[in-house]
Amino acid sequence: MADKKLRLAVLMAGACGGCDMAIVDISETLVDVLPSLEVVFWAPTVADVKYKDLEAMPDKSVDVGLISGMIRLDEHEHMSKVMRAKCNVVVAYGACAAMGGIPGMANMHTKEDIFQTAYFDTFSTDNPDGITPQPHYLMDGKYDLTLPEFYPYVRPIQSVIDVDYFIGGCPPHHSVVLNALVAILKGELPPKGSWITNGKAVCDVCPRNPRNTDEKRELVKEVRRTIEGDPDENKCLLQQGYMCLGPITQGDCGALCTKVNIPCAGCGGPIPGVKDFGLRAISAIASILDNEELVEQIPSPVKLFYRYSLPSSMLGKKVKKA
Amino acid sequence: MALTKIEINPMTRLEGHGKISIFLDEKGNVDNAFFQVVELRGYERFVQGMPIEEVPRTVSTICGVCRAVHFTASMKASDGVYNVEPTPTARKIRELFFNAHYVEDHAAILYALGFPDFVVGPTANPAERNLIGLVNAVGAETGKLVLKKRYAAVKILEMLGGKPIHPVAALPGGWSKRVTQEERKEIMALAEEMVELGQLTLKIFEDVVLKNPEYVKLVTGDVYKVVTNYLGSVDENDKVAFYDGTQKFVDTNGKEIARFKGKEYLNYISERVLPWSYLKMPYLKQKGWKGVVDGPDTSLYSVGPLPRLNVASGMPTPLAQQAYEKMFDVFGHKPVHNIMGYHWARAIELLCAAENIREIAKDESLCNPDVRSKLGPASEGVGIVEAPRGTLIHHYITDEKGIVEKANLIVATTHNKGPINIAVKRAAQNFIKNGVVNEGLLNMVELAYRPYDLCLACATHALPGHDPLQIDIYDCDGKLYKTLKNF
Ligand code: SF4
Ligand code: SF4
Ligand code: SF4
Repeated sequence: MADKKLRLAVLMAGACGGCDMAIVDISETLVDVLPSLEVVFWAPTVADVKYKDLEAMPDKSVDVGLISGMIRLDEHEHMSKVMRAKCNVVVAYGACAAMGGIPGMANMHTKEDIFQTAYFDTFSTDNPDGITPQPHYLMDGKYDLTLPEFYPYVRPIQSVIDVDYFIGGCPPHHSVVLNALVAILKGELPPKGSWITNGKAVCDVCPRNPRNTDEKRELVKEVRRTIEGDPDENKCLLQQGYMCLGPITQGDCGALCTKVNIPCAGCGGPIPGVKDFGLRAISAIASILDNEELVEQIPSPVKLFYRYSLPSSMLGKKVKKA
Repeated sequence: MALTKIEINPMTRLEGHGKISIFLDEKGNVDNAFFQVVELRGYERFVQGMPIEEVPRTVSTICGVCRAVHFTASMKASDGVYNVEPTPTARKIRELFFNAHYVEDHAAILYALGFPDFVVGPTANPAERNLIGLVNAVGAETGKLVLKKRYAAVKILEMLGGKPIHPVAALPGGWSKRVTQEERKEIMALAEEMVELGQLTLKIFEDVVLKNPEYVKLVTGDVYKVVTNYLGSVDENDKVAFYDGTQKFVDTNGKEIARFKGKEYLNYISERVLPWSYLKMPYLKQKGWKGVVDGPDTSLYSVGPLPRLNVASGMPTPLAQQAYEKMFDVFGHKPVHNIMGYHWARAIELLCAAENIREIAKDESLCNPDVRSKLGPASEGVGIVEAPRGTLIHHYITDEKGIVEKANLIVATTHNKGPINIAVKRAAQNFIKNGVVNEGLLNMVELAYRPYDLCLACATHALPGHDPLQIDIYDCDGKLYKTLKNF
């Protein structure tokens, strides 16, 4: 990449801003990368460039597009499609984009459930007339106010467009973002459809791995919540009964969570070759439990095993009976 | 009456989409204005069924810019659920951690959002009124220095919290990680950098704003003034408290009207559901719902940096205290209703948080091993913190195993919904007269909501540091009449 700058676009779909902040956290080093990049679009979070300006750019005129966040609004879907048209390479950047992410847990509930909680059941809500926000509302007979409508469910990016690459993490650690940017700049990208990853599991990079500490792996005899006991800081958390998803999660983060004594919850996404993260997590955990009864001790298993990936699983969403 | 509708859309927000709708009467004057928000993702519903100890790392993702605030508020609520106090060491770690978030967040907001208007100029070319323009104005050296010193705070967040964004180390009554002496010493060194960042930030504010009579007018004048009640946390000496304190309400004259802790919030705060916004509008329950109006009788209240300084009698640290006195000297009254004061208060708080970190890190007992408490039976808990943007309330009811049954969250930008609406409407009324809508209007409207730091993602990610706004003006038949944009 001698003198030609890489043209980059960044779109925040249904995101929390954490993925964008991870780029900011590259800090001074970002300043070193910037001369090689031309940020042609970064919205709605950043920018002197707006949606319609991206729409106006010639198709395939942008080298790489990063999309963070999931699809909840029609606007997210529309803009993802625009990104697809304008960018040669599209990356689903972060857990929400790649798998649906934490906001995807909303798929265990219908939109009606969610409205019921937010506008009626919550303790401080004052709703004497029993109203809910409306897509169209004529206030006082003269103020014509509109709101965008939500889709009933959360979807990951690849369910609305073709995605070239995936990056896991909620958010990806800033070092991962920097590595990915450098790989993109050098044109060192894996085959289309892959995750941009070091290919290792969290266990592989975790200092607690029994393999590294020369300890024997044993079947787990009890299931413990993080509030129970005081884990040995050098021993594998899973071996101590804490439900760590390190064995099947990509370890680009360098095992950030287990380093502070907290089990991995799977934000890095599935290790290569795994299609349904939660299913694989369940089978991996089940295989190291001493007996079947232990399964019942795991509280809220769907919200543990599918915390970051429900919309991209085979379960997908709550189905309303007609 | 035939009204012309002006939509400012999108106001870029974290959770999606926000907009301002302004209605003009047939003379072209502002009849009304609405600040509409999409803020609903359903967290209050889908945390139901989760073990409470898993909630902090989950709800943290409500916002990635406020990377540690939902985490901290829900962790405090989890203390309540198990009826435990954090151990003395855990409390110190949490407080240090939370203050590091203040430094990182306030710095990002000020440099990307607040300062460009003043450093580059409120009427400068919008394309230059941004972070890059700011760096050009103050020099690349200073720009790099600021980024580097801000990163000191990010480092602490990662060291203590696991992940630097959406941390994981929370435990009810404790913290999952112990601090080593080496880490403590490193934090002490980082604290010096952050104190310097605080001082530098105040100096930039004073040099650029206070030495310019035009800006002083903007900051202290009546155009950007919203008269409301105020809410913030104070410590036992009535000083500003971030991590933990008593919530204090003062009225529009600064007179204390209420104090509360924990679950008592339900006696003071109600949230009105509106048909035209996904965001509810809170008000002071005692005064009753009075609609979207300010002034002495209003039941609306504001939260955030300026309200915190308004309700407290000072800052808990010496350098910040000096800056606090200077600020109220310049305004000459208290409470300050001038919303540009938010930026100034933000700079003072940045310094305060850095001083807090320096103080806590000095204490060798930060490295004690007692980071876990024995838990009581689980039931119900409320966690309240002062997020950089204002009071944040998390409330959970669990079953006896600590599995969440109900949740209620009131976030800072929600409290400010009414005041922001008024600020925007007032600015619109001030600047749009007789149908004259020009480019200048755009930044004047932006100026009105920007001090509140609406948790706008763009506030911090911005390379240009600038909220892109487009105003579409429709005629009475709904046909597009004119489009104005600031980019
Ligand atoms: S992946 Fe995580 S950090 Fe990124 S947008 Fe989603 S919730 Fe936020
Ligand atoms: S299971 Fe968890 S704690 Fe154990 S080695 Fe793997 S990542 Fe580390
Ligand atoms: S350890 Fe697991 S949950 Fe933690 S950051 Fe890494 S991949 Fe994400």
